[in-house]
Amino acid sequence: MYDVPLSHVLFVSTALFFIGMYGLFTRRNMITMLMALELLLNSVNINFIAFNKYLYPGKLDGVFFTIFIITIAAAEAAVAIAIIINLYRSHKSIDIESAAELKF
Amino acid sequence: MAGYTYVILVPLIPLVTFLLLGLFGRYLGRSSGMIGTAGLLAATLLSFLTAFQYFFGANHVNGVYEPISAFKHTWLQFSPGLSIDMGIMLDPISVMMIVVVTFIALMVHLFSLGYMKGEERFTTYYAFLSLFTFSMLGLVLSVNIFQVYMFWELVGVSSYLLIGFYFQKASAVAASKKAFIVTRFADFGFLIGILILGFYGGSLDIATLVERLTNTASPEFIAITAASFFGISVLTWALTLVFIGGAGKSAMFPLHVWLPDAMEGPTPVSALIHAATMVVAGVYLVARLFPIFSMNSAVLSLVTWVGVASALIAAIIACTQTDIKRVLAYSTMSQIGFMMFSQGLSKTSGEDGLGYMASMFHLFTHAFFKSLLFLCAGAVIHYVHSNEMRDMGGLRKLMPVTHACFLIACLAIAGIPPFAGFFSKEEILLTAWNENLFVYGIGLFTAAVTAFYMFRLYFSIFWSQPFPTHAKQPATAHQQEGSLTMQLPLVILALCTIAAGLVPFSKFVTADGRPLETHFNPLFSVPPVLLSIIAILVAAELFKHGDGRAANIAAGLGLVYKAASKKFYVDELYLFVTKKIIFPFAGRPAAWFDRNVVDGCINGLAYITASTSNAIRWVQSGRLQHYTLYFFGGIAGLAIIFIYLWK
Repeated sequence: MYDVPLSHVLFVSTALFFIGMYGLFTRRNMITMLMALELLLNSVNINFIAFNKYLYPGKLDGVFFTIFIITIAAAEAAVAIAIIINLYRSHKSIDIESAAELKF
Repeated sequence: MAGYTYVILVPLIPLVTFLLLGLFGRYLGRSSGMIGTAGLLAATLLSFLTAFQYFFGANHVNGVYEPISAFKHTWLQFSPGLSIDMGIMLDPISVMMIVVVTFIALMVHLFSLGYMKGEERFTTYYAFLSLFTFSMLGLVLSVNIFQVYMFWELVGVSSYLLIGFYFQKASAVAASKKAFIVTRFADFGFLIGILILGFYGGSLDIATLVERLTNTASPEFIAITAASFFGISVLTWALTLVFIGGAGKSAMFPLHVWLPDAMEGPTPVSALIHAATMVVAGVYLVARLFPIFSMNSAVLSLVTWVGVASALIAAIIACTQTDIKRVLAYSTMSQIGFMMFSQGLSKTSGEDGLGYMASMFHLFTHAFFKSLLFLCAGAVIHYVHSNEMRDMGGLRKLMPVTHACFLIACLAIAGIPPFAGFFSKEEILLTAWNENLFVYGIGLFTAAVTAFYMFRLYFSIFWSQPFPTHAKQPATAHQQEGSLTMQLPLVILALCTIAAGLVPFSKFVTADGRPLETHFNPLFSVPPVLLSIIAILVAAELFKHGDGRAANIAAGLGLVYKAASKKFYVDELYLFVTKKIIFPFAGRPAAWFDRNVVDGCINGLAYITASTSNAIRWVQSGRLQHYTLYFFGGIAGLAIIFIYLWK
């Protein structure tokens, strides 16, 4: 029925997840890190959709979860950008290295 | 029983005035004295009403005054049968005590209006007086032995507050601490005694305890007498410990050391607390539990000998003191010794119960004449501004009312008929005559010594040399004897001192509640009265003229006199024991243990925590990406554990 097997879709989502993780660890720019974070979330979304489609075709639970995640991600992005803007105002920089005072 | 619930107001009114004066005193100012006195007047009238209703009402059952539980509230229930109750018990001795306490307290309140006038902490003083009155009334009306204990501590603390009233004086502070610690030490014995009685008796209710422990067939009595500790039955231990509590409060030898120092407090306080009411709490306690005490002759003889020793020692010391309040303090101790040994020699019923009745009678009369003596001393001190005998003399012309009252009180305490002390002391001596001739001998001797030192005091204050005008001359405003509020209580108390002995006391208060016929035996009264008169004449000869005769005799007695004037070195003994034995051998090791072991554990724990966290604090780098890395590393680690290792 489907030409594309589940494992291929999972491969894409795993690749996306690790790309996102790589971006989160290596980038110093906060906006870029935020984008990497979105990649992580979307890889999870793909997993949800794929499992829903392949394993429980008659149900919509996975889709609902995906919609929830997208909503939360939007809200989270708004909050994160607000933090970044505030950080920029105080530090004149959006480099993650410059926001390392909160320690010990 | 209905009709007595209003008695609860007797202790509650002083409590309300205490709260009122304590909380809002600063807005009341000078009127606080009037409020306190008015409240107490109401309480006094109510207690008179109670006494009238109780003694002349219709609660004679077969000629016996039945105890009445007017009010009872279970305050703290431990188990069925074992509870701490708050309540009011009316029986002959508690009714007699509330009359004495409220009446003397009223006189003292009235006297203090003049005596304490202009004091900075006038309101506080009245608040404390109200607190004391409340506690003392609660104590005498208690239904439950634990209630007794609570009020016992409350009178202790109000005594502490009032002794230390002049807290600017270092000696007053030391005296208040001494009084508190010594009595607290004794109260610890009392508490253990209560716990033992409660454990074996299965109840803390006084009536139940008395009922169970006087019935030799009851399981409780068998248990408490069968159990023994160091070869002595537990009943003896319990009663001894309870008696130690009583002896501490009543300043019995050797726990009397606090009483003379307690004279640092204002004089009206001494009249109320350290003469008439609180110090007789020990006698009252023994009387309250007397049926149980009478089951155990060992403890009764302890009570007797402690009483005899205190009476004699205090009387001898009183002859040598020069501070007039200290003389009175030792005299109080001596008279309480009389009450104690009278109870110790008593039995529970009928003619043999004379000692119990005599003890209560002496408590009753002593309250009047001793508070009168203290208030007179207060008036004298107010006039002279000194406590020392040598600053006084020749005051009889200057203070005629005080002089007359003091003379009446002295005659009463010396046991000269027809004043109050004569009747009660005769009953005590009669008890001793019937039971133990040796005690009678000491009692007779002490009675004569009492007459001697009281008249030594009297002649030194009011006769002797003319009033030394060069001494601290009172200001012109003080040239008169004192205000009406100070003289009125003296006159009332003097009248009571004359009349109190004529009260047919044995009809009302006896060991078994039945009226007791006392036989007035003129022949028996001759030796004590004669001895007292001789003692008075000797005192008059020695001290009336104020020349050196007394000093010569004192010098002639040498070491004996010195030992007595140093109070037989009991204070020094206590100091030696505490400073040389307890502090180095118990106090310092305990302090070392506290500082090094107890504190060391806590400090060590804090040190370990601090050094560990210091060592690993680099983990908190403040870099977001490090934290992310830990997070993902942790997730990966958990995933590996759960998937591969956790089979």
